[in-house]
Amino acid sequence: MLAPILHVLPLTTIVRERTLPVAGKVHAHMNQRVSPTDVIAEANFAREHVLLDVARTFGVSANAADKLIRVKEGDRLPEGGLVAESPGAFSRSIKAPRAGRVMVAGSGQVLMEVGDTRIELRAGMPGMVTQVIPERGVVIRTAGALIQGTWGNGRIDNGLMVSLIDKPDAVLTADRLDVSLRGSVILGGHVRDLDVLRAAAELPVRGLILSSMVSSLLQSAVQMRFPILVVDGFGAMPMNTAAYDLLTTNNKREATVNAEHFDRYNGNRPEVIIPLPVSAEPEEPNPYEPFAAGQRVRMRRSPHAGMLGVITNLLPGMSTLPSGLRAPAGDVKLENGETVLVPLVNLEVVG
Amino acid sequence: MPSSLVQNESVLAIEVGAAVTHVVLFDVVEGQYRFVASGQAPSTAEAPFKDIGIGVREAIAHLQIVTGSKILGSDGNLISPAQADGSGVDAVVATISAGPSVKTVIVGLLNDVSLQSARRLAESTYSRVVDSLDLTDHRKPDQQLDGIVRSRPDLIILTGGTDGGASRSILKMLEAVGLACYLMPLEKRPMVLYAGNQKLAHDVQELLGGHAGKLEISFNVRPSLETEDLAPASRELAGLVTKLRQRQIKGVDELNMWTGGNLLPTAYAQGRMIRFLSKLYDSTRGLLSVNIGASATSVAAGFGGELALGTYPQFGLGESLGNLVQYTELDDIVRWLPLDISPNVVREYLFQKSLYPGTIPATKDEQSISQAIARQVLYLAVRTLQKDFPTSAQTAKTELMPKLDLIIGGGGVISDGVSLGQSLLLLLDAIQPVGIMPILIDQNNLLPLLGAAAERNNYLPVQVIDSGAFIGLGTVISVIASANYGDQVLRAKLTYADGTDARVDVKFGGLEILPLPNGQSGRLSLQPRTRADAGLGAGRSGTVSVTGGALGVVIDARGRPLKLPSDPVRRRELIKKWYYTVGG
Repeated sequence: MLAPILHVLPLTTIVRERTLPVAGKVHAHMNQRVSPTDVIAEANFAREHVLLDVARTFGVSANAADKLIRVKEGDRLPEGGLVAESPGAFSRSIKAPRAGRVMVAGSGQVLMEVGDTRIELRAGMPGMVTQVIPERGVVIRTAGALIQGTWGNGRIDNGLMVSLIDKPDAVLTADRLDVSLRGSVILGGHVRDLDVLRAAAELPVRGLILSSMVSSLLQSAVQMRFPILVVDGFGAMPMNTAAYDLLTTNNKREATVNAEHFDRYNGNRPEVIIPLPVSAEPEEPNPYEPFAAGQRVRMRRSPHAGMLGVITNLLPGMSTLPSGLRAPAGDVKLENGETVLVPLVNLEVVG
Repeated sequence: MPSSLVQNESVLAIEVGAAVTHVVLFDVVEGQYRFVASGQAPSTAEAPFKDIGIGVREAIAHLQIVTGSKILGSDGNLISPAQADGSGVDAVVATISAGPSVKTVIVGLLNDVSLQSARRLAESTYSRVVDSLDLTDHRKPDQQLDGIVRSRPDLIILTGGTDGGASRSILKMLEAVGLACYLMPLEKRPMVLYAGNQKLAHDVQELLGGHAGKLEISFNVRPSLETEDLAPASRELAGLVTKLRQRQIKGVDELNMWTGGNLLPTAYAQGRMIRFLSKLYDSTRGLLSVNIGASATSVAAGFGGELALGTYPQFGLGESLGNLVQYTELDDIVRWLPLDISPNVVREYLFQKSLYPGTIPATKDEQSISQAIARQVLYLAVRTLQKDFPTSAQTAKTELMPKLDLIIGGGGVISDGVSLGQSLLLLLDAIQPVGIMPILIDQNNLLPLLGAAAERNNYLPVQVIDSGAFIGLGTVISVIASANYGDQVLRAKLTYADGTDARVDVKFGGLEILPLPNGQSGRLSLQPRTRADAGLGAGRSGTVSVTGGALGVVIDARGRPLKLPSDPVRRRELIKKWYYTVGG
């Protein structure tokens, strides 16, 4: 059976695609070195449209209206710009209600996109541009530590990572967030109070990396304007020791917190990237591999959710679990020395 | 049945679920189609695999171990047709339920007529309705257009107008839809299904043909104001959803090729099989099939060949669990728990499970929570579809189910349950059926696969079902009574084929079992007390033939609707007692 791999790696090659949600202009070029705050692409995105019914306004057929339309597809119009006018001594006109661009002109109607919003896409991580995706973005390659999480609030930022966690099951409280942490990425533990998120927003911080969070804070977390990345999940869960060790040993280093939503179909998931200098580029990690004895694994479900262990024995066929269910399973020796029977679907390899 | 009616071909059936991929081998044994064996593997539609072919091949590899026969060649390709050495298969049928919910915009003229038909059509597949348009929509045309563009739909279902009826209003809506499609990036343009006034088919083609991701024009779902016919449009919709999956998920193309282009959405195939069985067995009351899956809970009910099909991604046991609290109170889940577990623990369970949909409960506590959630999602799904049951199946008391001839339960949480008794109790608690009916478990997820096979071979599903491919749990008698807890409501006597009998006095609130093994039948005499209804009418006594099963004859006198004690301690004790009655 194949095992998904959770990447918690001290040094690896990281290749990430950074793209605009709509077509735009890419500024970065091949082999360019970028820093996280560099704008690599931008786009103008119209949030609204205005449909001007020329035929109806002038009370003529669609064909007749087309002859009165004075704009064509692609034209940019200022507010009040002429869209159509009727002939004769008592000429009437239709003007653009807002500045915008003509998307469609014909069949007696004019459709304009208005309310332009400029989107700037930042690199989000330092590295080398290895591919330019026309009108969309780039592929960036870097080397460093990679720590994948389970949940993110959809935001990305980077900054100096400051650890406020002294053990994997630490709880982060609001009183730990003082003004000296302004502009930092905070490495914290479990969060159970909204006050923590509010205090982080007030500073503000550049990101929160948490072991776990109570699910009742989800809505508030989504609304925060800084990235929040949950490493292990919901409920009171300690941080898995692989992530804890790696993150705490990189205390006071620049870190990118890409707290993007976990998209289980395209594989994008929240992650922390800590760029590191290398003399030779390390290998890219594998996305999956077959389960095997000796692999270091992370439990994805209770009763040991978030804990790490090593597969000591892959059992043949189906095994009966304590729940009574039957499934392919393995013996896993946990870090506390206990050996437990775990269904393979509840495991992911750490590596 | 003469063997000449059998095409004598081996059929490999594949169901790609969100969490698990099942493969099943059907073959001809002594002139009849039989279920031979099954294999399964975790599905691989999602990252990091992102290719359903990996899971399909793993499941086939499992099947090869079970059967000892070779189906895949050393290159990983399917061996087809079957070879003289016994390797390979002659045909493949397949269904798919894996994939994200289908973001759907529904468009109709009248809110309570065509728009409802569009909604029912959308709910026949894995849709999540993200916007709707009808004549009562007071938004300006450009706002409607922006609404569609912002919701980034995968699918737009257009209905409205009886054949030859209204056209001008429909054309206006078509314009909005056409413009919205035009404004979306080429690769993200939605599939469009038109199932409205047939007079406008040409205009639809003109307006939308060049802008939709794919356009299908089907028969009108409302040929007249009084008539609704979803069947032809459902078939077209199934095809569009398959095409959408081909666009979204790697490996679907190849699987579709294996089936000769006949890959179907699982829920559609499930519905088709229920309609077929409902016709075949001339079911006067109704057949109900439920499937609780990771991607959705689907419910199909057949009444005299008429189908009601509801597929509810919001009630799936996978990714959508995090949003379940939008549809139900945590207390409504907690009420089903036999253990003292707090609502907060259940909440964290929902969110954690939504992160890892393929994981399974490893402990008894987690299994209890899993079963409680399954009860509640099935309860909600059945009640949602019940509103769309045909008029003939509507009950005077809306909180009661119509009488049914048969219930078939499927989906991992039911078929892979700890015990058949637990599976039965889950179905009884959630569906709360009334009357007298056998209950079957579809342990190998055969029902949708038989629905898919029916397109190729009519005899296969009938012969496989007749061969006993489903597990019979027994016959259930649900008693409706106005009584106090502990009052006697029924006296029952089961007479076995050998003349011996078993008797039981049933009290209100109780659950009783009279053993009757699988394959056996007996005569059950029912004598209700006062005005209790044991399926024969209020206060009416009588004798009925019953078939046995893994549990036997189950008399459920716990009340309809089932009201659980508000005192949590007493409620948990009662639930434990019911668990004990069905064998733990």
